[in-house]
Amino acid sequence: MHDDDHQSHPDPSRRGLLKCMGWAGTGALWTMSGGVGAAISLDQALAAPARAQSFSFLQLSDSHVGFNKPANPDAAATYREAVGKIAALPVKPDFIIHTGDITQLSKDQEFDDAEQIIKAAGLPVFHVPGEHDMLDEGQGKAYLARFGKGTKGAGWYSFDHKGVHFVALINVANLKPGGMGSLGGEQLEWLERDLKGRPSSQPIVVFAHMPLWTVYADWGWGTDDAPQAMAYLKRFGSVTVLNGHIHQITQKVEGNIAFHTARSTAFPQPVGGQGPSPGPLKVPAEQLHSMLGITTASITRGHGPIALTDRTLAT
Amino acid sequence: MNKTLLAGGLALALALGVADLRDLAAYAAQAPAPAAAAGPTVKIDNFVFGPEALTVSVGTTVTWINQDDIPHTVVANDKSFKSKVLDSDERFSFTFTRPGEYGYFCSLHPHMTGKVIVKAG
Repeated sequence: MHDDDHQSHPDPSRRGLLKCMGWAGTGALWTMSGGVGAAISLDQALAAPARAQSFSFLQLSDSHVGFNKPANPDAAATYREAVGKIAALPVKPDFIIHTGDITQLSKDQEFDDAEQIIKAAGLPVFHVPGEHDMLDEGQGKAYLARFGKGTKGAGWYSFDHKGVHFVALINVANLKPGGMGSLGGEQLEWLERDLKGRPSSQPIVVFAHMPLWTVYADWGWGTDDAPQAMAYLKRFGSVTVLNGHIHQITQKVEGNIAFHTARSTAFPQPVGGQGPSPGPLKVPAEQLHSMLGITTASITRGHGPIALTDRTLAT
Repeated sequence: MNKTLLAGGLALALALGVADLRDLAAYAAQAPAPAAAAGPTVKIDNFVFGPEALTVSVGTTVTWINQDDIPHTVVANDKSFKSKVLDSDERFSFTFTRPGEYGYFCSLHPHMTGKVIVKAG
């Protein structure tokens, strides 16, 4: 077990057990997993070739390159440290996903610096934008010019890796007054088509910037039309939803869908409703690194829940 | 003994340092706008437009000032006016030439909403 400071499953003992058994390759394991065993077994029998292989990938989020205010006078430096942590991981990840707010103000220089920093990891990177990456005159055109190749609409896309299907969603474009994050009809239709025909035994990872469940509505921490997306996803035996935006770890499990938000590499934010606003949480300099971090996702052979491990920059 | 005292002093200084930072932030939030604007101002503070509803007469120029550490925008629901992104302490002004009720929001944080009510004459 290489989890250090945080267990990402609501029931660590159970998860730990499942994970250990998973590594041991126990065939009976997944019949106990999350109460979906019977369906999974049937699917496995019907769609045996689609089994996922073991691998891990890394999540970075909310690097806010360009941010230089109290809480963190140099967000580029802490992003560089976070990227540096990747080299020290016990298992080398296959790739990195970045769940948005790459930059603070969508400036060319900020995007340039961010690209330069993450390049040091020497791994492929998959991006989605945060609302801070949509602040150019073209409202996201600068982001798309860099990272949008081969994507659709505001930048959504999907890909497969070693049997796992990854879906990158954009919920920071065309936001409505009084609302939260938004996927929009066109993207939802695309998602429905993208998932159609896939065996429900295939593990799915969905990533987007804003939480795809309502963490705290008063601060806009959610996505208005996420329930529609979840309706398309709920038939799958293992769905992992990875988000950022709120600069802290939160998690929830609903059926076979596990939701998780990652720490920022730039600055912490308060717990929803605790404090006057969702602005940066100003902590003493010596505390900052313990509130920033990266997330590793490990996929074990089979169809069990993906294990998420959060590490702070202080470790 | 000296060491203990020193450590205690350090802890105190650290605690004070934190308090100072918070006080400073609170002070900054309460400080009046540095330059006098021609018309009424709406302050963006702690992710809130204040006042949330503002009533003016036709021809009034309203100025929004972002007093947060996080960028915001001011965008009319009907798109009749739209600021560029406002970083900390940046401003946006708009002159209302027609009566009516103008709802607006921050396009980055759409839960932030406000309105300007423009009265004729």
